[in-house]
Amino acid sequence: MPVPDQNEFFMDPNRCIGCQACVQACSECETHKGYSMIHLDFVDRAHSVQTAPVVCMHCDSPTCAEVCPADAIKKTADGVVQTARKARCIACNNCVLACPFGVPKMKTDFKLMMKCDMCYDRTSEGLKPMCATVCPSQALFFGTREQIELLRPRSVPTNQFRFGEQTINTKVSMMLPKSGKAEYVDVTQAMGEGVLGKTISLNILDGIYNEESTE
Amino acid sequence: MALLPENLLATEQRFGPHPAYSTGARLETGIEPDKLVKTHCCFCGQQCGIQLKVKDNEVIGFEPWEDFPFNRGMLCPKGVKRYLQGGHPDRLLHAYQRDPAAAGGFCEMAYDEAIERVATEIQRIQTAYGNDAFGVLTGASLTTEKAYLMGKFARMCLKTANIDYNGRLCMVSAAAANKKAFGIDRAANPWSDILKAEVIWISGANVAECAPITTNYVWQAREYGAKIIVVDPRITPIARTCDLFLPIKPGRDIALFNGILHLMIENDWLDHDFISRHAVGFEAVAAHVRDWNPKKTAEVTGISERAIRQAAEWWGQSKSSFLLHARGIEHHSHGVQNCLGAINMVLASGRIGREGCGYATITGQANGQGGREHGQKCDQLPGARDISNPEHRAYVAGVWGITPEELPQAGVDAYEMFRRIDRGEIRGLLSICFNPKVSLPDNNFITRCLEKLDFYVAIDFFLNETAQHADVVLPGSLHEEDEGVVTQIEGRVIKINKAVDPPGDAKQDWRVIQDIAKALGRERGFTFSSPREIFDELRIASKGGIADYSGITYEKIEKQYGVFWPCPSEDHPGTPRLFEPGSWNPIAKGTGPYYFPDGRARFNVAPYTPPAEDVDDEYPLMLTTGRVVSQYLSGTQTRRIGPLVDQYPEPLIEMHPQLAGKLAIANGDLVTVESRRGVITLPAMVVTTIRPDTVFVPYHWPGKKSINQLTISAQDPISKIPEYKVCAVRVRKEK
Repeated sequence: MPVPDQNEFFMDPNRCIGCQACVQACSECETHKGYSMIHLDFVDRAHSVQTAPVVCMHCDSPTCAEVCPADAIKKTADGVVQTARKARCIACNNCVLACPFGVPKMKTDFKLMMKCDMCYDRTSEGLKPMCATVCPSQALFFGTREQIELLRPRSVPTNQFRFGEQTINTKVSMMLPKSGKAEYVDVTQAMGEGVLGKTISLNILDGIYNEESTE
Repeated sequence: MALLPENLLATEQRFGPHPAYSTGARLETGIEPDKLVKTHCCFCGQQCGIQLKVKDNEVIGFEPWEDFPFNRGMLCPKGVKRYLQGGHPDRLLHAYQRDPAAAGGFCEMAYDEAIERVATEIQRIQTAYGNDAFGVLTGASLTTEKAYLMGKFARMCLKTANIDYNGRLCMVSAAAANKKAFGIDRAANPWSDILKAEVIWISGANVAECAPITTNYVWQAREYGAKIIVVDPRITPIARTCDLFLPIKPGRDIALFNGILHLMIENDWLDHDFISRHAVGFEAVAAHVRDWNPKKTAEVTGISERAIRQAAEWWGQSKSSFLLHARGIEHHSHGVQNCLGAINMVLASGRIGREGCGYATITGQANGQGGREHGQKCDQLPGARDISNPEHRAYVAGVWGITPEELPQAGVDAYEMFRRIDRGEIRGLLSICFNPKVSLPDNNFITRCLEKLDFYVAIDFFLNETAQHADVVLPGSLHEEDEGVVTQIEGRVIKINKAVDPPGDAKQDWRVIQDIAKALGRERGFTFSSPREIFDELRIASKGGIADYSGITYEKIEKQYGVFWPCPSEDHPGTPRLFEPGSWNPIAKGTGPYYFPDGRARFNVAPYTPPAEDVDDEYPLMLTTGRVVSQYLSGTQTRRIGPLVDQYPEPLIEMHPQLAGKLAIANGDLVTVESRRGVITLPAMVVTTIRPDTVFVPYHWPGKKSINQLTISAQDPISKIPEYKVCAVRVRKEK
C-alpha cells in the first residue's frame, strides 16, 4: 500500500502493551535482518505493566553525529539519521553514550554502531516502517498529522525535548496528553534534589481491593 | 501400551522442541520472493491477515497485509515470527513407530505401512471391544473442512460416538450460554461496533496478550470518549489505563453481574421496551438478584462497594456499549452461569443488535468459532445441528448417504474420554491438533491414562508431548501447507491459502484421514480430491442449520475479505451483525431477531456458587492460569520458535509483595506451589499488579514446568469446560 510523502512517525507510549511485535518485526527489516534496533522496556514492572518503546527520534542536530570523531553518522536529505558508515565507524561508543534517548546500539561482532533508520528501505519506497505497521495497539504510528489528530483527539504531538541545557528538535513526535501542559524532563533537577512533580500512586490493587486474610 | 520412551532426553534431542532462528535465505537481504501468499496467522482467533514470502518452496518471511480490514497489517510477535515454524529441524518428515532400540524411541516407517498398521489396530480394537472403544481427539486450529471431515470420519467411518475436540478447553461455556440466551452461538457483532460504544466492559479477558489487535479497537474507542471497565484479578496491559478496574476474586463473576443487575433495577437503568418486547424471563432474574445488594456483592467479589456502584452507573446509563468476555469467566465449574450473568446485563440494557451496541466472547483458537460448528464436538452435527435431534440426524445422514440409525449418538467430552480410557472402556485413540498432556488439567492423570491405551496414533507436524506416547506417528500438515476456511473472532469466514507443499512423506491432514478410511475398506464418503470439494459438501450439510454456510464460496470470501455467517444463499452478502430489528432466521421465521420460535432472547437465572475447590487453612491461596503474549496454547509451535522462546523463556509465578513479604520471598526466588494434585517449583515474579490472595502462572509448558499438574479437573455441568481459572494452593519459598 503506497503511502503519501507527508507521513510522519508518532510514538505514543501510553498505548504500549509491551508485546514486542515491534522488536520482533524490526529484526525482519532488510537493512539489518536478524537484529532489532528498537528498545522496549518495562518502566517499573514491580509496580506496573507499563512499557515504553524507543525508536530513533531522528534529531535535527543529531548528538550522535556531533560527537562522532570519525564523521561516520550521516543524515539523509529528508532527515533520517542512519546507521554508522561501516568504512568510517571506529566503534568508539561515543554515540551510544551521548545519545540522550539511548538509541544507538554497538554491535561488537561487526565493530559497528547500528541504529533505527526508520526502515529506510521501506519508507523510501513508499511503505510504512515495519514496527509501526505491525504494532497491535498503534503505540507506534506512521501517518499524516491530520490522521493522528483525528485518531488521537485526547493527545497532542510534540517534537521538542529538553535535557538539562540541551534542547532537541526531532523528526519523530511523541504523543502527550492534551489535558496537561507539556513538561520538560529535566534530569539535572532530579539529581540529588528528589524528583519534582506529583507522586503517582501505582499500587492500585492495594487501595481498591477489600483487605482480607489470605492465610 | 502407549508408554513414554525410556530415554525422554534422547527423544527430545531428536524431535525437539528445538528453538529455530532465521538462517540462510531468511537472513539474506535483497532476496526476491517467488510469490507473496495472502493468508492468515496460524495462531489465535483473531486470524490476522498476513502475506507469506515464499522462495523455493520455503516460507522465508512475511510482509504485512494492510488491505485486510480486521488488522490492516497489524500483528503480534507470534504473527511476525510464525514463519519460523516452516523448514523447522523438528518437522516430522516421515511416519514413525515406537521402537525402543531406535534413537529417541521411534523408528521411521514407510507411510503406507503406517496407514495399514493404524487400520489393522482400529479394526482389532473395535472388533474386540466395540466401535466406541476407539476414540478421536481433534482441535479447533484445524480448518473447517478438516473439522467437518473429522466429525464425519469418526461417525461414518469409525462408527464411534467418542469424538471431541480441544475447543472443550476454550469456548464451550460461552457457546452454551449463547445458545441458551440467544439460540445461536456466535459473536453478536463485528469488531467495528466496538469503536462506536460509549462503555466497553471487559470481563476475564487479557486482551492485550491474548487478542492483541483487539486492543487497538478498545483503545480507539477510548480516544473517541468511551469509558473502559476491566474486571480481572490482575492489572493486565488493557487494565493499566482503563477508567475503572474491578479486581475480582477468581471465580466470583456471577456475583458481580448479579450485583450490577441489582443496581440497574434499583435505579431503573433498564430498557423496558426491549425487555417486554424482545426478551422473556426477566421477572425471575429480577427476583433472583434482589438479594445481590452492593454490600453482599462486595463481600463475595472482593471489590469495593464504591467501585461496584460506579461500574453499575456507567453501564446502566450508557447509550451504547460493548461487553467482551473470555476464558477468565468461562474456565469455571460454573462457566456457563458466568456467561449468562453477563448476558443478563446486556439484555437488561437492551443494547444489542444495533450499531455500537454489542456483545461477544473473545474466541481463543484460530478456528475456535468454525471448529465448533460443523461436527467435531461430541454432541453436534454440521451446521451447528444437534446430534440428539431426529430431524437433524436425518438431514445429515441424508447428505452422507447413510441411514440415521447408522449415525452414533452423542459421545462424551474430551476429559470424560480420558476417564473412559482410565476405566478401560476406550482402548484406542487417534489424535490430531491436540496436546492434552500439556493442556488438560490435573495432567499427571492424563499421562497415566495415555499409558493405559492399547494403541495410540497421533497425526502431527511436530512430535508434541502427548505424541511422545504414540505407537504410530503420522506426518500431517502445517497451516501453510494446505488451504481451507476458518471462522474468526467476529464470525467472519476467511480463507487460509496454501503457500508451500508438505515436505518429505508429510501429507495434508485430510489426505491422511482418507488414507486410513481407504485402508479400513470404508472409502465411501472419503474420496475428496481437494479442500474445495469438502467445503462444497459442508455447505450442503450446513444448509438450513443455524450455522448456515451454504451461500459462502471461496471466491466470495476473497472478494469481500471474508463472509460473516449465516449466509444462506449465494446472493446473500453474509450477516456481520446479528439480532438486528426485523432480521429473519430459520428458527423464529420472522417473529423476531433471536433464534427461538418466538423470536425473543432469554434471560436466565444465574445462581452464584463458589469454585469447586475453595481456599482453606491447608491450601489458603487461589491459583489462576492464562497465557503470555509470545506463546500459544500448549506451545507445540511457539516453543519451537526461537525469538518467541527468548521473549518469555519459562513460566514465572506472579504474586503480590504483600504475600511475598509474609513468605519472605523476593523477586526471582525459587518458589514451590502445591495443590492437592501436583507441585511445581518456579521463579517468583513479585508485582503489585495481582491480588494478594491469588497467584498466577502461565500454562504453555510441559512436564515439570506445567502448571496443569496443579489445576483441577472439576468441570462445568453443562459445557464440561474445566476450572482452569481457580483452585486452592499453598506457596512456600524453596530453601
